[in-house]
Amino acid sequence: MPEAGLHRSARPTLAVKGVSKRFTIGDQTVEALRDVNLTINKGEFVCLIGASGCGKSTLLRIIAGFETATAGAVEMYGSPITAPGPERGMVFQDFALFPWLTVKENIGFGPRQRGLPKENLDELAARYTDMVGLTKFADYYPSQLSGGMKQRVAIARVLANDCEVLLMDEPFGALDALTREKLQQELLEIWERTKVTVIFVTHSVEEAVVLSDRVVVMTAGPGRIEQDARIPLARPREVSAIDFNQVRRDITQKLTSHVGVKSAPAAA
Amino acid sequence: MELASALPAKKTGASLAAKLKRWLTPLIVPLALLLTWDLWVRMTGTRLIPPPRDVAIMLYDFTFGGVYDDAFSKTIHIHFWKSVQRVYGGFFAAAAVGIPLGLMIGRIKLVRDLLDPTLQILRPVPVTAWLPLSMIFFGLGPNAAIFLVFLGAFYPIVLNTTFGVRSVDHRLFEAASMLGCNGSSLFRQVVLPAATPSIFNGLRLGHGFAWILIVVGEMTGVPEGLGAVIMDGRTLSRTDLVIAGMIVIGLAGFLTDRMIVALNNRLLAWSPQHHA
Repeated sequence: MPEAGLHRSARPTLAVKGVSKRFTIGDQTVEALRDVNLTINKGEFVCLIGASGCGKSTLLRIIAGFETATAGAVEMYGSPITAPGPERGMVFQDFALFPWLTVKENIGFGPRQRGLPKENLDELAARYTDMVGLTKFADYYPSQLSGGMKQRVAIARVLANDCEVLLMDEPFGALDALTREKLQQELLEIWERTKVTVIFVTHSVEEAVVLSDRVVVMTAGPGRIEQDARIPLARPREVSAIDFNQVRRDITQKLTSHVGVKSAPAAA
Repeated sequence: MELASALPAKKTGASLAAKLKRWLTPLIVPLALLLTWDLWVRMTGTRLIPPPRDVAIMLYDFTFGGVYDDAFSKTIHIHFWKSVQRVYGGFFAAAAVGIPLGLMIGRIKLVRDLLDPTLQILRPVPVTAWLPLSMIFFGLGPNAAIFLVFLGAFYPIVLNTTFGVRSVDHRLFEAASMLGCNGSSLFRQVVLPAATPSIFNGLRLGHGFAWILIVVGEMTGVPEGLGAVIMDGRTLSRTDLVIAGMIVIGLAGFLTDRMIVALNNRLLAWSPQHHA
């Protein structure tokens, strides 16, 4: 079977090294992550999957620089991540667009911070607005857009800012099934075209198998990596194909073998 | 009367009827109040309250003169202009101090710890209680009035601005920092616009208080101004003058509030739920 990730270079972009994270809520300490190790290569599409409480979003937020690890470090091209930066673009589940800016102003927000001249800025914003198919809506405000359109803006906003790693935290979780499928396809097209590295958090096995080169299965209590599996399916993938179902079943089994044993409370 | 004029309009088109309805509906309550007032004065035969007609004549004389030809005839523009200067002097000073202060209290912990308790202690003190002190500070005259208007408008502006900053979705700060927006440009590009709906709430409330306080403010011994006119009417037992002054203040406050609302709707085009 053709290996989807092979045509991409194997240079490690991100290295998660022995990351642990403990939160203190009141007088209780919660161990969200324990000794997580993960290497992600340039251009890879990696899904983090697991039940609620397995720390997958926390790991993503540490990579983004929004949280700091209690122990261990995340390195990008060998230097440790200490703060958020344009090279790591987060796409939030609830979009987090600036409601007072139009579509094209939201998309141009990052480049504007770098002091790009106006004509370059307009050209860049127009190009990325076009890339996500929103040219007709360039002057709309977020409140006038559907959820799917808002998420397209959020994706274009980080790509326009030259992000190298797209961090996506259940980005399609708030969308209806049809919109979600459409956006998955669009995301794959963008990924193919831009060669951006994607780390995608989801709790849908099907979504993970449709999208990714690698699926990293995480379990809760404390959060750690259970399995790191390559998806041996050619693209484009067909969800009703026999081999697709086989892969989906394997991952689902891995995922549910722990749910109901020791991480059941966290999964509820 | 409203029904009679609305009915034929229905034939020419629904939009015209809808327009008439929109303009006439707000007039029902004021007209009913006028009618009740008139009937009440007639039925009780009181001499203490003038009927609406007398107040209308007073307003006419206040504006154009030619009826009573006394000290108040044709002087409305003088009093109105004096009051407007004091109201907006106090209001703009309150906005100029309140908005930046509110932004800082909302965003910077040190400023919040330093100022918030003091503000919360000063806030419940009625503005009227400041009257003697403000006359000592600023002497008899317009500055004492401006200070009182300032005090009344300041608290709603600073509190609402603080609230607006405090309630900005934290994700927006994360999104901004990830896109390279930090420090003072974060203030200008994220904190300020995100807090704009609350700031406008504060401005509207503060603006209302500014007009309310003009009467108190002009108790400080100024000869001219709508508040001064009302105080004069009280001393002279000219109730028609008092009510005329009340109506002018009400209308001025209403019309200027519409201007703030129009600006609000323009600046908040992005947020339909904040349209007033």
